Amino acid sequence: MAMDSQEKRSKFRWGEMDEDDDLDFLLPPKQVIGPDENGLKTTIEYKFNDEGNKVKITTRTRVRKLASARLNKRAMERRNWPKFGDAANEEAGSHLTMVSTEEILLERPRPPGKIDSCVLLDLESYKIHCFLGISGSKLCTKADESKATGDGLSQLGKGGAVLMVCRICHKKGDHWTSKCPYKDLAATTDAFIDKPPTGESSTMSAAPGTGKAAYVPPSMRAGADRSAVGSDMRRRNDENSVRVTNLSEDTREPDLMELFHPFGAVTRVYVAIDQKTGVSRGFGFVNFVSREDAQRAINKLNGYGYDNLILRVEWATPRPT
Amino acid sequence: MTMECVNPEGLRFNQMRSSSHQTLETRMRPILMKGHERPLTFLRYNRDGDLLFSCAKDHTPTLWLAHNGERLGTYRGHNGAVWCCDVSRDSSRLITGSADQTAKLWDVKSGKQLFTFNFGSSARSVDFSVGDHLAVITTDHFMGVSSAIHVKRIAEDPQDQVADSVLVLQSPDGKKKINRAVWGPLNQTIVSGGEDAVIRIWDTETGKLLKQSDEQVGHKEAITSLCKAADDSHFLTGSHDKTAKLWDMRSLTLIKSYTTVVPVNAVAMSPLLNHVVLGGGQDASTVTTTDHRAGKFEAKFYDTILEEEIGGVKGHFGPINALAFNPDGKSFSSGGEDGYVRLHHFDSNYFNIRI
Repeated sequence: MAMDSQEKRSKFRWGEMDEDDDLDFLLPPKQVIGPDENGLKTTIEYKFNDEGNKVKITTRTRVRKLASARLNKRAMERRNWPKFGDAANEEAGSHLTMVSTEEILLERPRPPGKIDSCVLLDLESYKIHCFLGISGSKLCTKADESKATGDGLSQLGKGGAVLMVCRICHKKGDHWTSKCPYKDLAATTDAFIDKPPTGESSTMSAAPGTGKAAYVPPSMRAGADRSAVGSDMRRRNDENSVRVTNLSEDTREPDLMELFHPFGAVTRVYVAIDQKTGVSRGFGFVNFVSREDAQRAINKLNGYGYDNLILRVEWATPRPT
Repeated sequence: MTMECVNPEGLRFNQMRSSSHQTLETRMRPILMKGHERPLTFLRYNRDGDLLFSCAKDHTPTLWLAHNGERLGTYRGHNGAVWCCDVSRDSSRLITGSADQTAKLWDVKSGKQLFTFNFGSSARSVDFSVGDHLAVITTDHFMGVSSAIHVKRIAEDPQDQVADSVLVLQSPDGKKKINRAVWGPLNQTIVSGGEDAVIRIWDTETGKLLKQSDEQVGHKEAITSLCKAADDSHFLTGSHDKTAKLWDMRSLTLIKSYTTVVPVNAVAMSPLLNHVVLGGGQDASTVTTTDHRAGKFEAKFYDTILEEEIGGVKGHFGPINALAFNPDGKSFSSGGEDGYVRLHHFDSNYFNIRI
C-alpha cells in the first residue's frame, strides 16, 4: 500500500513545528526513487531520533493496482463490438445502466429466533394485562400459533416454557404476568382496561378471537358497570382520542401507557402494528377519560423526544369543538 | 482507521477495522441495468465471463458487458416471453427458448437470427452440450402435446442446420412442465426437473430413464431452477417448497439441503468459494400492500457445507427470478420481477467471510 503521510511530513510548515524539528534544515532532503518496473518505490528520509542522532530511514513500498483485470484476447475484442438491435441507436453510457447510489451490504443474518421471540413475548404479556377476564382458549394455543407463524417463531413454540417472562417480578420461565404471585403490583395499570370484571383471571389466548363461543361486549358482561349508557361513554372517550405519530419501530402499548398516564386517566392505548413483520407502523392512539388531560398531554408531549424520534401528538379527529 | 481502495472499474470498496476486533462488512455498489420492461426470467454468463445474457418476458434477450453493465445489443425476433438461453463456449452462438413455441439460434455478435426450431408448445429450457454440437430443449404441455425433452443437433455451419430432433423424451406426467433440463457429464446423460418435483436422469444414447430422485428426500413442490457445479460432479435445484437441494450428479443422492422462508425461483453456485445463492420471493399477487417495502427482496447466500445462511443481498423490488455467477467467481448478477438486472462485484471482504 502506498504511504502518503510520510510525503506530507516532509513539507516544511513552520507554524506546526515543535522544538525538536528546529534543526530539520541540517538534514539532507528526502529522496524518492519512483516506482520501477516491479512497482517498487524507495523513499529515503533523514530524521533526528530521540537521542539527537541523525538517522536515515529507507522505506520500500510496492505500488500495485488493486484488481488487475486480465482478460483474454477474445474478450478484449468483444468489448469493441458494434452495438446491434435496440442498442444500435444509443450513445455510450446510456441511461439504462447506472451504478446504484446506495451501498449494498451482504447482511449477516440475526441469530435465529432471538428478536422475533422477544416481540412475541411482549405482545403476549401485554395482551394478558389488557384482556383479563375474557374467557378464552387455553394457553396451549400459543404454541400452535407460533408454529404457524414461521421459522423464526417456531423455536418459541417448542421452548415456550423457557422464555416465559413475567413483567412484574421479572422471573423467567415460571409464569406469565397474569399468573404472577405479585399481581397486586399491577393494579395501578388497571385504569386503562376497558371494563372487564376481574373475577375470572384465566390466562388469555394467543389470538383473542379464537376459541370463544360468542363474543360478549364488555358493557354487557356480568358485572359490567351500566350506570352510564355504554355508547355514550365510549363516544366521549373517542372524542378525547389523541393520535401519536412518529413512533419508533419497537414502541408498543405499554410504552405509550407509561408516557401518557401521568397526564390523567387513560382508558385505552393502541399502537398500529404491521401484522407481517411485527414492527410498529409508527403511530398510535391514546384515549383519555377527560379532555383537559388530553389537551395537557398534547401540549406537553408534542415535539417530545422519545426513543430518538420527535413525537407528534395531536387530536385524533379534527379538533372537537 | 479506515482504508479506502479504488479499483480500475471505479467502484469503491471500504475496509473498516475497529480497535477491539475486526468487523469486516462486504459492501458493494451494484450496477443496475434496466433494459427490460417486463420481469426477468433467466441470466447467463458466457464462458469467458465478460458477457451477460438476460432473458425476460418482454420478447427481447439482451446482451450486456459483464464488467460495467453496458448494453451491447438486443436480439429481436421472438414473439413471446423468452424463458431461457444458453451461449456456446466460444461465445459465437446463442440459443433461446421462448413462449412463442420456438427456439432460435442467433449469432451473438450481430444479433442475426440463424435458425428457428418450431415446436407444438412453449420452449421452456435450453442448454448446449459440452462441445456445442447438441442442444437439449424442453417444451411445455399444450393441447394435444405432452411436455417433452428434445435433443437437436447443432451444425457448425448455420446453413446446414436442420430442424430434426435426434431424440425426444416424453415426460411421464405429460401435463407437468419440465422447467430445466441440462446435460450431464460428457453428454452421457440429461438431468431434468420440473413441476412434478421429481428429478430425472435420462440416458442420451438410448433415451431410457436411468434414475429418479427419491420421493422422501426430494422436493415437495415444483422445481424451478437447476444449476450445475463447475466440474459437473453435483448440481443444485431450487423449488417452490422454499428449499434448495444439492445432489450428486451420478448417483442422484441428496447431499445437502438449504431452507429459506420464500419459494425459491433461482439458484446459483459460486465457482470460487463454497457458497450457494438462492433467490426467490412471494408472488406479487400474494403480497399485500402493507407488506411491501421497497427493495427488500434479497438473494440469500448460504455456506455450501454448513447449510447455514451467511447473509443476504437486498435491493430488488420484486421477487428474484434469475441468478448467475460470473465464471471467475468475483461477481454475480440477479434479475427480478421488477425488470432490473443488478450486477454486483464482490469486494475483498467477501472472500474472507467466516461463519
